[in-house]
Parts: sequence; C-alpha cells; structure tokens
Amino acid sequence: MSTAPVTSRRTAQLGFLQAIQQAQREEMLRDERVILMGQDLRANVFGAAQGFLDEFGPSRVRDLPLSEAASVGMAAGAAMAGLRPIVDLTVASFMFCAMDQFVSQVAKNRYMFGGQARMPVVFRQALYYHGGTAAHHADRPYPMFMNVPGLKIMVPSNGPDLKGLLKTAIRDDNPVLCFEDATLWGRGGRGPAPEDDEHLVPFGVAAVPREGTDVTVVGIGGGVRHALDAAAELAAEGIDVEVVDPRTLVPMDWPAILASVAKTGRCVVVDPANRTCSAASEIAAHIVEQGFDSLRAPVLRVTSDDVHVPFSPALEKQIYPSEEKVIAAVRRVLGVER
Amino acid sequence: MDLGRDLAIETLRRMLRIRRFEEATIELFHAGELPAMVHLSIGQEAAIVGACLATTTEDYMTGNHRSHGHPIAKGADVNRLMAELLGKAGGVCKGKGGSMHLADFSVGSLGESGIVGSAIPVAVGAGLAADVLGNGRVALCFFGDGAANEGVFHESMNLAAVWRLPVVFFCENNGWAVSVRAEELTSVENISVRAAGYGVPGVTVDGQDPVAVHAAVREAVDRARRGEGPSLVEAKTYRFHEHAYGLRLRNPYRDESEVDEWRRERDPIDLFRRRLLAEGVAGEAELAAIDAEVRAEIDAAVEFARTSPYPEPEEAYRDLYYVAEVSA
Repeated sequence: MSTAPVTSRRTAQLGFLQAIQQAQREEMLRDERVILMGQDLRANVFGAAQGFLDEFGPSRVRDLPLSEAASVGMAAGAAMAGLRPIVDLTVASFMFCAMDQFVSQVAKNRYMFGGQARMPVVFRQALYYHGGTAAHHADRPYPMFMNVPGLKIMVPSNGPDLKGLLKTAIRDDNPVLCFEDATLWGRGGRGPAPEDDEHLVPFGVAAVPREGTDVTVVGIGGGVRHALDAAAELAAEGIDVEVVDPRTLVPMDWPAILASVAKTGRCVVVDPANRTCSAASEIAAHIVEQGFDSLRAPVLRVTSDDVHVPFSPALEKQIYPSEEKVIAAVRRVLGVER
Repeated sequence: MDLGRDLAIETLRRMLRIRRFEEATIELFHAGELPAMVHLSIGQEAAIVGACLATTTEDYMTGNHRSHGHPIAKGADVNRLMAELLGKAGGVCKGKGGSMHLADFSVGSLGESGIVGSAIPVAVGAGLAADVLGNGRVALCFFGDGAANEGVFHESMNLAAVWRLPVVFFCENNGWAVSVRAEELTSVENISVRAAGYGVPGVTVDGQDPVAVHAAVREAVDRARRGEGPSLVEAKTYRFHEHAYGLRLRNPYRDESEVDEWRRERDPIDLFRRRLLAEGVAGEAELAAIDAEVRAEIDAAVEFARTSPYPEPEEAYRDLYYVAEVSA
C-alpha cells in the first residue's frame, strides 16, 4: 500500500469505481465468507475488481457464465447456506433475465419460510444510461424492485457514500440491490475520500449535501448531481435550495424528507427512472399523505419521460432529468416561472 | 437386500409417513379444514425416500410445489409440517408458507418453490457454499419433468458442471405435466440424457423401486463428495391423484384405467412391502406394527395442527427482513 502524506490524503477524492474496489476488498479481507462473482471479472471490464483473483483466489473470485437467472438464484442459495456473495451483474437491464429469481427466491424466501433463511447477498448493477447504449442497456429499474418487499435498495450519488453503503450492505443479513449510476463514474461522482477505514454508511439515513430554506430538492442517484448544479445556479438569483439525498430507497429516510419539506414548504424530486411509478412518484405521494399541511405548492417530479431510451445522440438526452429541468421545476413551485 | 435391514425398514417407514400424512390431508380437505388445495406425492414415495435417505440431515435439499414428501423424507417433524398446512402458528414456516412452500432448515430443507424450477439454482448455490466452505455437504435438488423445460434448469446444470459443484439433480418424472403427457412437451423420452449436454453423468431408474433410486443417488452423492461434480438422476414414477387435490380440470386428460393400473400394479409401498416379506427382511407382524406407529404419528400430527392456534395478525408483518439483535 502507498503511504501518502497526510496533507494529500485529506484532499484525496474517491470516485465510484475506486469506492467499489475498496469496499469489496476490505470486506473480503474482513470476512472469508464474502465471495465475488460476476461476468468478466478477471478481465476487469468496469475496473472495480483489479487484482482480486490474485489476492483472493479462484474459489472466492468467480467469472459467471451468461446465466443471469441461475446466477441470481445460486447466490441466494449460497447465502442461505453460509456464504455472503457479492454478484456483479454489470448492467441493470440484465436483471430482467433473472426477475423470477429476484422476486420468488431472493426477496421471498426469508418471509415465506417463517424467518428460517438469512439472505446476506449483494447484487451490484450499473445504471448504464446517457451514453448511446440504447434501450437494452440503459434501464433505471430500481422502482420495480421497490415494489417487491424483502429487498433493500441503495442508489448512492457519490464515491464515499457508495463505499460506506456497500460495506454496510455486505455485512447485512438481508439482500441488497446496489444500483450504480454510471453518469457518476467520472468527476460527478467524486467526493472526499473517507479517512476512516471503517467507513460505514447506515441504510435509511438521508444526507443533506446542501442546506437551504426555499425549496427542497430530493435527488436520486445522478439526480443529486443535477440538484446540486441547479442549486448553485439558483443561488445566484437568491433562491436558496436544500438538497436531500436519500441514498437508500429501501429503507427510505421519510423523517428527513418530511423535515426538510416542513422547513421549505416546497418540493421537487429528481429521479432518472421512468416517470410512472418512479421513486419520485412514491416520494411525492408520501409527502402529500404525511406532509400536506406544510406544502405551499404541488410536489413536482423531474424524471425520465415514459419512453424507451433511443440510440441517437440527437434523441437520447432530452428524455432524462437535467439541471435545466430542475431549475424550471424549482421556479414553478416558487411561482417565479419565466 | 442391498440397503441393509435398518435402512430398508427406515425406507418403508418414511414412505408410509408420506402416504399417511397425505391421506390425512385428503380427510382434512373434505372436512373443510385445509385453507387451500394440496399437491400430493402419493405414488411417488419411493423416488423421494430413496433419494433423501442417500443424504444426511447435514446435506441440503430444495424442491417444488409437490412439497410434502421432500421434507418428510428428509426427516422433518411432521407435527410442524401438518400445522403449516393448516396455516397455524405452530407451522414450520409459522403459517406463512403453506403446502407449496415447506422448509425445515434444521434438517437441511432449504425450501420448496411454488414457481416450478425456480429453486433449482438455489440448490446449486447451496452446493457452491459447501464447495467454498469445504464442509463436505451436498445439495439434493428435486424437480419434475415439467421443470426440465425451464431455462433455469439448463443454466443450473451448466453452472454446476463447469464449477464441479456437489449437486444431485433429481427429476421426479411422473409422466404428466399437469394435463399433458410429458413426451408431448419434452424433446427426449428420458430426461436423464440431457445430462450429456452438460458433460455430467445421467441415469434413469425405476422410481417405484426405492432400492434402485437409493443406489443411483448414493453413487451421485459419493461422486459429489469426492469433488467430481454434479449428476442427474431421473426416477420414472407416477402421480396417483390429480395435479392438485381438489382441482377439477374441465376435460379429462388421462384414462382412469391408466391410474388404476398404476395403483394396482405399481404402488411403491405395496411393491416394497412384498419385497421385504419375500426377502425375509421383515415379517407381516413387524410391518403392521410400523404402519400402526406411523398412523399414530400422523394422528398426533393432525391433533397438534388442529390444536395449534392461528398466528396473530401481526405475524404477517414479521420476518420480511432479518433484524440484527442489538446487544446492550
């Protein structure tokens, strides 16, 4: 390991892929029951498993065949029989090949068998949109899984949170779906590297990366980046935006969201998922049910439009949330539309 | 007899335990005490018991909607299984699984799946855990002829084969995929030949003969424990009752004469009982005593299930997530 001087360590940034690498390595060193399985791990296709095969050996680091359904069900069985698998499914759209296993086995077995099963398994998959991958690789399907009780769901917005949540997920005895927003793989997802080796971020605890008094903007994954960029832009006009990042969608930190809306009276939710039954929809409904008295304007959703992802660069970007769409929504809830 | 006396007697006892357990569920059904239909294993007892007794309670097992026989043969407590069928608090799954989803982790039963074929990769995962942890256990995976046409069966066979996992794939081919003859829906006469496609041994045995089933599964288990990977064993058997007891299909699909013939000529319990007598393993009096003991066990199980209370409403909201116990 390198021994960087303390001064540089303090300013070091941690990005998405490095966060995954560190979390997985630290937890595999900590607990030999943790194993890593995925497609093209040895080739290190996304850059998050460099050196793992050499360090942990072929029993604990396994390349999977193109068999998503069996891979997911196998991980469930391995978890029920004493291992703590991490499965790298690479692209979230591939989860659809294994829907029965996620729903019928991973999510239901503990409950259906009266609590006999423990299911310590983590499934990692990238939200691989915004880059010309077109409809078969670009889904943001986490809301579908929010509709399945028994799963925990994390959608982090920066490297430090990803690392801390992933470490918590690997130690959890419940199944966790870790969605990694690929629009944050670059600079947008970097954050100050945690100094603590035991950097654990709890599930169900939102972050407030920017405090404000006028409008609450709840961001999901890459939506947090848009929220922060919009907030910086609006600050120049004297609009004070508070940004809330739930970090985990199941469990959701409802008290933090409701407390922020109670303070600001206005809310915009930014969610890269498709609009209908999105995480944003659930958050908006919850605020209306539980925080109606504090609302001074309708809750607005800034989501992807309800279409499939088109290939052409001339078509794709318009369907997603953007900084501009967030700014427009904030102005609308404030009644200062231009 | 190749099984040896003790194992032969235990084989009969467990076959009878499945038969009497399920006969009791038929009575409970007609008495209006069962909350739902049940998928009976009557007629398939030799296949189930022959396979399970080639494993130990340390070994893992998964199964399907025809769920009662597997945990009974694996050694589960029939009281708690029966209470589960009645949806009672004393049920093995606290009344949340029911007839199609029995599980008893204390004897290695990791659960039966109401979705056909869905638990096949779960068994592969249990085999993976045994392999990585080096604990010498094997996973026995029950599925039917219908499930052999599910994609996940093929994915699972391939995965277990390439990683040489200690898994025994065990197909109860009862000849009927609900209402359609298996050969109309399945490309091969013997499902065991599909093993060749994955480079693993495959064998078809008479599923009405527990000795033949036991020998084939024993060999597969030994092979798995030696680290030589999975096998596929197919037992040709027959379902004596409707797909689900209480289910009324609009059109008849199999001749009553076919069912009658199997019941008359190929009842696995009758066949095995006669063989025990013929080979001098046991006498009439001993066999009658075993049956009486099993009947008493099942009567007690029904009594246990009837007197067990229903779960409290809040039980519906428990066990969704594991919650770590917080130390003071």
